[in-house]
Amino acid sequence: MKVDLNQVEEACRELYIRALKMLPPDIKQGFRRLDSSETNATGKAILGTMIRNIAVAEDTNNLLCQDTGIPIYNVTIGSNVIVDGYALKQAIVKGCARATKEHPLRSSVVHPTTRKNEHTSCGRHVPVINIDFVPAADILAIEMIPKGSGSENNSWLKMAIPADGIDAIKTFVVDCVLEAGGKSCPPVIVGVGVGGTADLCVHLSKVAATRPLGSVCADPEGAKLEAELSAVVNQLGVGAQGLGGDSTAFAVHVETAATHITMNPVAVNMQCHSARRARATFTPQGVGYGY
Amino acid sequence: MAHYELNMPVTEEQVRQLRINDTVTLHQTLYGIRDATQIHMFDHGRKTRFDLKGHAVIHTAPNVKWVGETKEHPSGYAPICIGTTTSARMERFTRPLMEQYGVRIVIGKGGLFAASAKAFSDLGGVYLAIIGGTAALETTWIEQIEEVDLDDLNPESLWKFRIKGFGPLLVAMDSHGGSLYTAVNSAAKDRRAGVLAALGVKS
Repeated sequence: MKVDLNQVEEACRELYIRALKMLPPDIKQGFRRLDSSETNATGKAILGTMIRNIAVAEDTNNLLCQDTGIPIYNVTIGSNVIVDGYALKQAIVKGCARATKEHPLRSSVVHPTTRKNEHTSCGRHVPVINIDFVPAADILAIEMIPKGSGSENNSWLKMAIPADGIDAIKTFVVDCVLEAGGKSCPPVIVGVGVGGTADLCVHLSKVAATRPLGSVCADPEGAKLEAELSAVVNQLGVGAQGLGGDSTAFAVHVETAATHITMNPVAVNMQCHSARRARATFTPQGVGYGY
Repeated sequence: MAHYELNMPVTEEQVRQLRINDTVTLHQTLYGIRDATQIHMFDHGRKTRFDLKGHAVIHTAPNVKWVGETKEHPSGYAPICIGTTTSARMERFTRPLMEQYGVRIVIGKGGLFAASAKAFSDLGGVYLAIIGGTAALETTWIEQIEEVDLDDLNPESLWKFRIKGFGPLLVAMDSHGGSLYTAVNSAAKDRRAGVLAALGVKS
């Protein structure tokens, strides 16, 4: 399958806008679940406002949240796909900049030291583009995630040691949830990376934080850990917006990687309740949009 | 728990009657302010031409569209999506905002800390919590972007909004030392040991 890069550029423009306006069904379901079990009156009122906001965004064709985030494009390429990888990246950047100019969207991206905003949502190494490959398939998939700063500013890495064991991982996650409080716009998805190198561990925490609700870690040990943490995280009582109650997190997600015999790294990355993502899938039949 | 409808600007007396868990809806005028706005005002010595005395500021950087100055859009900007950012980063600006400009109300999400609580208490101010991430709804409470200052910092300009029924917002920090965040955080820390025990963590 040969990929039409004009189509990719167009889709990357469309994906940014779609992601900002339409919340995925699994997140909406997550809201219904938390709302039905919330026992705190303030928490209940806050969840009600959040659910109403999802409807207002759809009815008024507006953005769910003003934070257009740092744009992330996750690309999956099937092995039967023929594409110029460099040109693909250029098409993604162009689509991202066009969404910003043409909608228009607030460009939330600045140079890290001069703080200069090019008003394109683009800059050095931004949008973030991650590329992965899948076997024997006529498919190119692009997932777009506008990652909000309120949650992204609540990110941590701890290079724990083997002697600290899994207890260090669990304690670190609990302490990060407490440290984040209301700053990460809860209810959140707590993304946890376990293992790897320092950079891989942080990357895994982002993968975990942006995974659909209801999905399970492919590593059975990671799945066990995320189930344990998910079962107790809401007992902390941080609550929606950090104002108390049972809705601190939709879930805790864990992703794992093999690590060094001397290492026990753990990273946490939060995803806010506006857990936005959108997906375009290119096949020989054309382009399809989803989440 | 009382509800107040406030026409902006307000007096110190009006602000001091507000207590945590009260709700407030604002009318007429609201100013938008953010990290860069305040860094430039308080660290780089820049001044705004706006009179913020007795007013409310909201921690925001909106999505806007330049449409040119018209009667409907006197600032030249049409609002697209206006929401609220995390307040914690702007903690150190609460006192200068109040002392130098007479600001009485700070609106944001996630709460502020001890230095702001002290400023609210000393000078007569409150923090109103808005629900973060509900910008589509918040935008429907804004009628117009009346004026803009320090616009070279766009989108972190100083925005003057005309509002109608902006709220209800929750009084989360008051001028009497009350803070819902302190209460919730302290209770959550007390539950830490129980949660770690439930996870089988050996102390």
